[in-house]
Amino acid sequence: MPRYLARRLLALLPTLLGVSILVFAAMRLIPGDIISATLGTEAGMLTETQRAALERYYGIDKPPVEQYFVWFGEALRGNLGHSVRHGQPVLQLILSRFPLTLELALLSMLLALLTGLPLGLLAALRHNTWLDFAGRLFALLGLAIPNFLLGTLIIFILSVVFRVLPNAGDYVQLHEDPLRNLQQLFFPALTLGFAFGGSIMRMTRSSLLEVLREDYIRTARSKGLAERHVILHHSLRNALIPVLTLVGIEFGYLLGGAFIVEQIFALPGLGRLTINAIGQREYALVQGVALFVALVFLLLNLAIDLLYALVDPRIALARHE
Amino acid sequence: MSKNIPAPASSQRGGSLLRRLSGNRSGAFGLLLVLAFLLVALAGLLGLTPRLPAEQFMSHRLAPPTADFPLGTDLFGRDIASRLISGAAVSLRVAVTAVALAGGLGAALGILAGFAGGRVDNLLMRLMDILFAFPALLLALVIVTVLGPGPANSALAIAIVYLPIFARVARGPVLSVKELDFVLAARCLGLRPFSVLLSHILPNIVAPLIVQVSLALSWALLTEAALSYLGLGTRPPAASWGVMLSESRALAERAPWMMVFPGLAIMAGVLGFNLLGDGLRDVLDPRLRGPGKGVRA
Repeated sequence: MPRYLARRLLALLPTLLGVSILVFAAMRLIPGDIISATLGTEAGMLTETQRAALERYYGIDKPPVEQYFVWFGEALRGNLGHSVRHGQPVLQLILSRFPLTLELALLSMLLALLTGLPLGLLAALRHNTWLDFAGRLFALLGLAIPNFLLGTLIIFILSVVFRVLPNAGDYVQLHEDPLRNLQQLFFPALTLGFAFGGSIMRMTRSSLLEVLREDYIRTARSKGLAERHVILHHSLRNALIPVLTLVGIEFGYLLGGAFIVEQIFALPGLGRLTINAIGQREYALVQGVALFVALVFLLLNLAIDLLYALVDPRIALARHE
Repeated sequence: MSKNIPAPASSQRGGSLLRRLSGNRSGAFGLLLVLAFLLVALAGLLGLTPRLPAEQFMSHRLAPPTADFPLGTDLFGRDIASRLISGAAVSLRVAVTAVALAGGLGAALGILAGFAGGRVDNLLMRLMDILFAFPALLLALVIVTVLGPGPANSALAIAIVYLPIFARVARGPVLSVKELDFVLAARCLGLRPFSVLLSHILPNIVAPLIVQVSLALSWALLTEAALSYLGLGTRPPAASWGVMLSESRALAERAPWMMVFPGLAIMAGVLGFNLLGDGLRDVLDPRLRGPGKGVRA
């Protein structure tokens, strides 16, 4: 296992290198240079010396390849640059916003699993009954409704019908006041969890239906095993493998920042930080977030692959690749 | 996995495909929704709206649905029905451009990678892995940041995000088909690689690609709306469903119709292409059954 892990981590390096080149190059492709882009019309008022100083500050007085190596070298040491508007180092900003996004993603996943798994199981076991139909309808709704619409709807219903504002006041961190924190995160998590739960439901259902058609299930049944035993011990484990993959991928997307939902519910997470950075043309920040999220995403995918091997005995780690 | 020789694609084309799709309940429903969407979008493209989408009827601001304005008006007294129709055209244009770009280029890359194998395959798929390393919406956002907002750039961003998915979808079948006996036979007969590709390999990847096109269109609709909602896609005063929804936010209580109709429109479009994709998958390739593997905003 450790050797396998080391090999997989090593295999990540070229991808990460590619990611860093892409992120770096992307920001250089912005029309005009970074100074005019950041300052807008004010850039025209710079004196020759000011501009030269800024160029030195952003490192764009050097040739592009050298710029990349300087930038990447700094990034490896944890220096992703400085956010002018926030007056903070980019990495510090990202790390301060990430816990909220992580908590929101975990909470959404929990809600999605709590609804999607049982509904998917029921739908498969009661195939083609009204229960199956209702479950699928729920899943389709989740799939079709964009989360910015659902979020807006939830806020609308809460404020107009129940006269409560879910996010009145500032965001409270989990360790400060857990109850208040959960109150603030519940509805955003519900918004994100609905679609997520829908996909889990669909995947659980179709995967379990497929497994139930397998020969070994027929064997188990004809041996006279109780249906309960057949489901719990013979079907579920195999049926849940594709679900695991799905959950991993969707969770990764959520970790990248729930851009719109954080915006709608005024939560200061990574997604909102990114959207604001884009709006304010804080390129170092956008660059930092992209790099950070890609790293998290790649590591998460690796973790899922490892988990996969633990759940599915047919996948031998050593033979992988 | 049993290596069945895939059925020749000719039996899956044209009328028989439609007939089989109409036998598939959700697929047929999806097709209906998609046709409705296309019809509305076509009207929008031709400028066939009851009123001009940007025309302001100041004496009818925030009017509820009436005979004059069947879906009500917005804050500037603009006719929501007309804006919806014109917005459908915007969505269609962005989605089709994006999916055509991603599908064309992605399929070409996937086929090339699968057919060439070896180093070419390795290099191309590594490049696709780099794009896969970003969550879909973040990648689209970063691309739009670089290119600047606007419908053409959102189409490009959506295309880049979807490129690796098409590449993978095309590569898989090529890999499994190119070692099959009938392909080897064709090669032994001295057919040039390109002819083998064209007449023996291509027909076998059409089915998964068609399915993916439908799912991709669904995602493209959703993402165009999301980008516009964030002010990075189509920008006001142009009508786009995402823009309309974002404009409705502050007025949801006073003028719920501003939110309801664009919301329903997006849902119908997304649902339509999604169901159609699932239905096509069931009909075209029963081995691929299961929920979509695309990305979501």
